Amino acid sequence: MPDQALCNIKVLDFTQHVAGPYCTKLMADQGADVIKVERPGTGDLARRLGPYPDDVPHPERSGLFLHLNTNKRSITLDLNTHAGRNIARKLAAESDVVVESFRPGTMESFGLDYQSLKSVNQNLVMTSISDFGQTGPYRDYRGSDIIFYAMGGEMFSTGLADREPVKLGHNVILYQAGATASVGTMGALFLALDPEDGRAVGQHVDVSIMETQVGSIDRRMTALIAYQYTGEISGREHYGGSGYPNGVFPCEDGYFAIAGGRVYFPRVVKMLGSPESLQDPRWYAPESQSDPELRQEFEQTFLPWILSKSKQQAWEAAQNHRVLSGPLNTIQDLANDPFFNKRGAFSQVDHPQTGPLNQPGRPFIMSETPWTLRRPAPLLGQHNKEVLTELGYETEDIIRLRELGVI
Amino acid sequence: MSKLPLQGIRVLEFGVVWAGPYCAAFLAGLGAEVIKVESLKVFIPMTRGQIPRPTEEMLKELPPGVGATPGRVPGQRPWNCMPLFNAHASNKLGMTVDLMQPKGKNALQRLIAVSDVIVENNPTETMEKLGISYEMLRQLNPAIIMLRMPAYANEGPYENHRSFGFHIEGVIGHSLLRGYEDMDPSATTSVLMGDAASGTQGAFAVLAALHHRRRTGKGQLIELSQAENLVPFMGEAFMDYSMNGRIQSTIGNRHPLTVQGCYPCRGDDRWVCITIKDDDAWSGLCKAMGNPTWGQEGKFSGPVERYRHHDEIDEMISLWTKYLEPREIMLLLQDEGVAAGPVMDQRDAFADPHLIQRGAFEEAFQQDTGTHLYPGAPYKMSETPPKIRRGPVRLGEDNRYVYQELLGYTSEEYAILEEEGHIGMEYHPDVK
Repeated sequence: MPDQALCNIKVLDFTQHVAGPYCTKLMADQGADVIKVERPGTGDLARRLGPYPDDVPHPERSGLFLHLNTNKRSITLDLNTHAGRNIARKLAAESDVVVESFRPGTMESFGLDYQSLKSVNQNLVMTSISDFGQTGPYRDYRGSDIIFYAMGGEMFSTGLADREPVKLGHNVILYQAGATASVGTMGALFLALDPEDGRAVGQHVDVSIMETQVGSIDRRMTALIAYQYTGEISGREHYGGSGYPNGVFPCEDGYFAIAGGRVYFPRVVKMLGSPESLQDPRWYAPESQSDPELRQEFEQTFLPWILSKSKQQAWEAAQNHRVLSGPLNTIQDLANDPFFNKRGAFSQVDHPQTGPLNQPGRPFIMSETPWTLRRPAPLLGQHNKEVLTELGYETEDIIRLRELGVI
Repeated sequence: MSKLPLQGIRVLEFGVVWAGPYCAAFLAGLGAEVIKVESLKVFIPMTRGQIPRPTEEMLKELPPGVGATPGRVPGQRPWNCMPLFNAHASNKLGMTVDLMQPKGKNALQRLIAVSDVIVENNPTETMEKLGISYEMLRQLNPAIIMLRMPAYANEGPYENHRSFGFHIEGVIGHSLLRGYEDMDPSATTSVLMGDAASGTQGAFAVLAALHHRRRTGKGQLIELSQAENLVPFMGEAFMDYSMNGRIQSTIGNRHPLTVQGCYPCRGDDRWVCITIKDDDAWSGLCKAMGNPTWGQEGKFSGPVERYRHHDEIDEMISLWTKYLEPREIMLLLQDEGVAAGPVMDQRDAFADPHLIQRGAFEEAFQQDTGTHLYPGAPYKMSETPPKIRRGPVRLGEDNRYVYQELLGYTSEEYAILEEEGHIGMEYHPDVK
């Protein structure tokens, strides 16, 4: 089997829900040995969130958990016990990376904060992912995905001017936070393992989910700089903005998005079969794209055209003329798309509790070090014995730890 | 302070619009020497603006990303002043070259030989036209790492499909999972979340490849399909379809399990978001509101009951929030352990005490725009703080360093390349 990029990396993972587990999933899927530490009995919060097969809740069948924890091993540890913390410390001593998503101060109360772990592992990279970061006046505040997008992201300009701002779908905000954390973690790791530099440089990476939202959609950073340059505050604009055709339009079987205004307008005219009515030079004058009357006139040609096309037909016609566009697919459309399926964008994962399931697969293709599914998401504490044995515990020790409720 | 993590790594960026440049911005922030490769003869819309030389009138009409130059005036070199570009251009170097000419190709070959990573996000055929492929790179530099970020794929039926992030997002299903629950999706605002996710995970992929290269000496080709890259972000909806065949649609600002919303506040267009996670949070909310009697009603006694009466609760919360300022509500509610936060526009962000204390914005200077605050890296690192070391790069700003210091061109050769339109800081007058 070919090498995986991170096959020599050990990650000790104290995260739960979405952002932290997504960060460590990215690493696990590239070969890192990720040991997920869960609370005995209940485990990761995501186990209690759905979706579940047939909507029947079961901690080993949560779709969210199964998706976010591929390729990881699970151990249970009660960090409120000395024995539990001791094991955590021993594991940290042998790890390259620790990732945690407790409320700030919690790892310290366990004696597992960066300074303490550094004393047993000089090179350690520790990443803390929290709602608002490890410092600052909001450190202990409570957050949620909508609040992170509202405070750190560009929710302000998402939606319609005459309505409330509107958030993004599901937990995409938290996925972006996890991905961002993985970049900081990998950067720190690259330095910590530097063979040319004798000095060990481990470090603590502090990720505030709120702050990661500055990069959740491009417009936040852009809007912040635009404000610096001009003092302008962005409003909630309907997708189209200026120019036409721009935005989402109904088509025969759903909706279709197109960006064909301004410089792209000539391509759209060709897409429409170069109708006589759109040949007049007045369509091509610099101001014409800002003229509401011309827009209306254009739509008389455009709307009947798009309404007579299915999403796929419209896409084909548009792409034949290099018009930036795409259908608004449902998840069903996506999951059944022959192109994505043929490329292997999805992954069949066989889990003992659910049977085989189609899951999101590799986010990118690496020619030398492929994304590999080595194991499905773990059962709660599935690897207790395996991991503790690797750490040097005898079978009787493990039995004792279990009876004491430590694992 | 230690050296920066990627110090000594050289990255060539052929980035356009957002995904590629944003990816390279992460690498630059971590200390890599990122050289942005541009041409004086090609202007890519939505990168350094909409058109090379907009008039003042045109600028006024353009969206902020490609219109909000300082004071909304074009200045001498408007392409150095666009927020959309300057957002990801700090810490980078800039060189120009005409890759359609043999001398340009030669310069590029010399540059590839001394580089570690190439990042690009062009339509596949554009790179083919320029003669840049992984095979070609590998011949010049066997350990090279190349990250390509096509919209869909570098081969196959969607190979040359043209898209903005907004379209990719539609294709992978996100557009139908967000937006107002009571309106059709044509009321959707453009959200370029795919570009951001591609840039971020692209940077992760490059770091993974660098890690592997250090261990094995081998480079590799990474193909990041921007569409596929976003599929994992749809995890919940995707799994629900796999498990139950259910096709989810948007629930607006609501949470699937608990009461949540975005509520109007005092002032013009001011809003606060609140999530009532559990019974304690409900009690906290009621307490902050002064324990109104309706809060004690049986129909709000538990999470299921509250969710059933979501509309009614929204109305009652709005009646309270609309007399207060968003920040005031946040303070009142957070004091009671309730998740709440204002919808922050740009002014709010720069004035936010938390962001200020955490140093989320850093001052940076650039000749054509002056000194301004820019968002810093989205994480803090204790030993190697990823500071803005240099303001947004100007077109061709580092030609002398790249050609002469790095590649060893003589002054005479440099002058000839200048003459022939490779080197400069202004777009060719014919460029549209």
